[in-house]
Amino acid sequence: MNATSTPNLDELLSGAQADIAAAADPRAIEALRVDLLGKKGRVTDLLKSLGAMPHEQRKAFGEQVNKLKEQLSAQLEARARAIADAELTRRLASETIDVTLPGRGEPAGALHPVSRTIRRIEQIFNAMGFESVQGPEIEDDWHNFQALNIPESHPARAMQDTFYALNGARLLRTHTSPVQVRTMLDRRPPIRIICPGRVYRVDFDRTHSPMFHQVEGLYVAENVGLADLKHDLQKFLSLFFEREVEALFRPSYFPFVEPGADVHIRWGDPEKGTRWLEVLGCGVVHPNVLAAVGIDPERYTGYAFGMGVERLAMLRYGVDDLRLFFNNDLRFLEQFK
Amino acid sequence: MKLSENWLREWVNPPATATELAHKLNMAGLECEAEPMLDVLPKGIVVGKILSTTPHPQADRLRVCEVDAGTGEVLQIVCGAANARPGILVPAALPGAVLPNGTEIGKAELRGVESSGMLCSASELGLAEKSEGLLELDPKAVPGTPIEQHLGLVDQLLVLELTPNRGDCLSIAGLARETAALYGLQMTPQRIRPAVVEPESRINVIVDDHIGCPHYVGRVVIGLNTAARTPDWMSERLRRCGIRSIHPVVDITNYVMLELGQPMHGFDADRIRGAIRVRRAKAGEQLKLLNEQTLSLDPRDLLITDDSGPLVLAGVMGGTASGCSTHTTAIFLEAACFEPVSIATSGRRHKLLSDSRYRFERGVDPALQRQALERATALVQQICGGRAGPIVEVGIAPAHVAEITLRHSQITRLLGCEIPVNRVVPLLHSLGLAVNPTGASSWKAKVPPHRYDLRIEADLVEEIGRLHGYDNIAPRAYAAELTPFSPKETQRPLDRIKDALVARGYQEVVTYSFVDPKLQAQLDPETPGVLLDNPIAETMAVMRTTIWSGLIPTWQYNRQRQQKRARLFEAGAVYALEGSSNREQAKLAGLIAGPQLPEQWGAASRPVDFFDAKADLEALFGSALRYESGQHPALHPGRTARIVRDGVAVGWLGALHPQLAEAFDISEALYLFELDWAAVRGLALPAPGGVSEFPSSRRDLAFVVDESVTAQALAEVIREAATPLLKTLQTFDVYRGTGLPAGRKSIALGLIFQDYSRTLNVEEVDAVAARVAASVQARLGGSVRE
Repeated sequence: MNATSTPNLDELLSGAQADIAAAADPRAIEALRVDLLGKKGRVTDLLKSLGAMPHEQRKAFGEQVNKLKEQLSAQLEARARAIADAELTRRLASETIDVTLPGRGEPAGALHPVSRTIRRIEQIFNAMGFESVQGPEIEDDWHNFQALNIPESHPARAMQDTFYALNGARLLRTHTSPVQVRTMLDRRPPIRIICPGRVYRVDFDRTHSPMFHQVEGLYVAENVGLADLKHDLQKFLSLFFEREVEALFRPSYFPFVEPGADVHIRWGDPEKGTRWLEVLGCGVVHPNVLAAVGIDPERYTGYAFGMGVERLAMLRYGVDDLRLFFNNDLRFLEQFK
Repeated sequence: MKLSENWLREWVNPPATATELAHKLNMAGLECEAEPMLDVLPKGIVVGKILSTTPHPQADRLRVCEVDAGTGEVLQIVCGAANARPGILVPAALPGAVLPNGTEIGKAELRGVESSGMLCSASELGLAEKSEGLLELDPKAVPGTPIEQHLGLVDQLLVLELTPNRGDCLSIAGLARETAALYGLQMTPQRIRPAVVEPESRINVIVDDHIGCPHYVGRVVIGLNTAARTPDWMSERLRRCGIRSIHPVVDITNYVMLELGQPMHGFDADRIRGAIRVRRAKAGEQLKLLNEQTLSLDPRDLLITDDSGPLVLAGVMGGTASGCSTHTTAIFLEAACFEPVSIATSGRRHKLLSDSRYRFERGVDPALQRQALERATALVQQICGGRAGPIVEVGIAPAHVAEITLRHSQITRLLGCEIPVNRVVPLLHSLGLAVNPTGASSWKAKVPPHRYDLRIEADLVEEIGRLHGYDNIAPRAYAAELTPFSPKETQRPLDRIKDALVARGYQEVVTYSFVDPKLQAQLDPETPGVLLDNPIAETMAVMRTTIWSGLIPTWQYNRQRQQKRARLFEAGAVYALEGSSNREQAKLAGLIAGPQLPEQWGAASRPVDFFDAKADLEALFGSALRYESGQHPALHPGRTARIVRDGVAVGWLGALHPQLAEAFDISEALYLFELDWAAVRGLALPAPGGVSEFPSSRRDLAFVVDESVTAQALAEVIREAATPLLKTLQTFDVYRGTGLPAGRKSIALGLIFQDYSRTLNVEEVDAVAARVAASVQARLGGSVRE
């Protein structure tokens, strides 16, 4: 370049602008930036040449070059951004997935409705201060019948009602009440327990299963009576069904309680008509039962109740065939996820 | 039990509808429902008398009857019933009548002969499901009387489902007594005039077993009219209560049972040899019953016998030899009280059900026998005629059966509410108890014989609560101190394990505790199972010794229903025989079968394998459990792990043995696990050490070892040699094949070293790695693979 001649800045600008516009990727932009604005770039050279210019020329030309530099720098940056934006847009488009495809891997299973129901019953009673207690399922006559004041002539003791084993020396418990007996032998009042578990009776049809589940409850302390039982069961039923349940306590007979009652709840759509359904049996612990486990019935009283888990599950989930619980058909069970 | 409302109202007539009465009884503990005796009453059906019959000219089986239906003219009605004959009275549906099933009767022509109506059977009136021939009515019935009037069809049935302690209400009299108490009414007393005793005709009674039979009365009635028939009012009442009319004497004893609650028996007196003797059976004795069944008697059975042997299984069922027949002209009527347990056990032993057993095993009023006998005698004489002999009585009828002290404080305590002192006596009186005060708020109550179920103070408290109404006892929130119980942190809650399994895709199942003995013998031949004495089915005869006995059939059931895969678990007890006793253990068991994942788009499909199941157990129980190669009869010998905790075997994991898989027709991969819950639930409280601030260093080493060297053995040798700097050991590859000699495998591990106080230098780490390599070489014959 000739020191006296002023280079044609317009020409440089238009040439550079065309180059910038034509740059297709970040690398081309970088090359242009180096070519124009780098240490040895064309615009940088022009700035370096200022020193050799006459004073009067230098100021005006310097301003022009600086302006040019700013212009080019801004245009390079804008182009770089546009290229990055376009690149990002392209990348995002290429990475788009079909979010409606199902997720991969193992879906969750489910609890069995019976166990789910037991858990619910336990949670409610645990919160009410009842501890869950377990006991053996193969029992003897004393724990299952005698200690519970069930006389020898009681129909429940017949072979057609009770499963026996070891030539009658053992039986499959017909209720979870023997756990009460075992607990009362072990502990002194106050006792507040529930006993969930399997029970067995010789019965097999649409509404009876030879094996089913019960939750038995027991509360023994000083001055526990029918009024307490009514309160606690009413409370339980409302909590279990998550609404105010209308419950009816009707006198009934179980050898291990006196007075005894069974509890019915109003069931059904009020629009279409309701009916009373029996959901559990209960009563004030019979003095013979307390005496059998060495608790003084003159000092302590208690209440006991027993409920069928399947019955409650059927009501809660609208299941109408008891056998569904024990067929273990996955198509049924999976609906309890 | 069903009782007729009309019949009850003859005894006590409460100001309530049948439905209201049923509700009241329900709330007093007598489960009861009122239902109409007939849903639809017949319309336009009257009593008709057949005057003559002639064969139908066109049809062999039809007859043309001339009938007087009280209309003033003789009607011609065509009838196909075999018992249509002149002289009998039958229901006649006149033109315009509507049968309960909706059929309208009009004038019709049957094969060319005009018929002005229809003669009806019991089933056509809606009185029976099935019946044969025309319903024959009382010979004294008046033609033209509407049938609903003649038979008293406007009635409701009280359907009672009584608890076993309320045998006293299994009769009209008993229910009336209870109803009177509930409504504060007086019962209309039934007046029974003792029969006039005519001939000195008697059969002696000897009771050998006074415990089995505390009270026995009987008498002979002779000169019965063999042509007598049970009147319609009686057979209709019996029918409503579910008892078929058989023979006037049998019907009368049944009627008295329904009316008063006393089961009775009528013998043909001419067939009794010598005296009646109440005794236990002798070895080898047999008895042919009315139902044609022949019993081999047990020495515990209580019998009514004569010189020739057993006549009746006492309180349960009569024998054929001494029963009444159409030729019977003399009878011996028995009313006895038998001890409930004896009757219950006899009935149970011989699997015999009868109305008599039903009542005796619940208890019968021990003072009722004489009244029942007089009532039956009166009915026999009214219906069959005859002359009564003197009453023969053994034992005594008690005036009361218990004397119970009742304290007001106990009422308050057991019911949890205050019943005013002055209400107690009236309530007890209404039940027929005699009450004497023994203090300001305590009494002695004498229990009448019909309430033999009242024995102790609590029984009286229940009676008071019942009459007061459970509804009227206000719920009371308990004031007792809460006693929170500690959830044990050192025991895994079963619920959490279940939730973890569910989260890993397992479905919980609940299978029967009794399983197929054959299947169980294949899965667990070594553990003796508890066999049931009275299984419900052959395939449910033994208590499970392993939950697999339930899981495998559950999988079979589901794969038959097009399920391709399953992850199942069950938590529950298993039961083993131990000498003459048994042992129960809680187990947690699982089964996985089929593809490892459900069919899906992004993952290659492969069958489940051992390590899928093992990963689940490791996720649940961490490193607490060790897996050693082991042998189990149900499992593949090369793919079985005995699971060990602290040196004790606690469970099994493995592939179903291929032979069993074949036997069970299972072709897909199937893995099973079972853990002893008590042994695996224990959990140490976490005791974390510090976390090192210094970087760790890693060395990857691949060892070539014999196939027989297990990964665990290798890891143990490495750990021992690299302690204490080794923090983590990860297996990242297992390789067999090209480049390795047969029978050798390469296991690649990442060893991560770290110290708490400083950064380890390269030389230290290399030195440990070299020590590891040397140790593996020396102890396992393994070489480092370059």
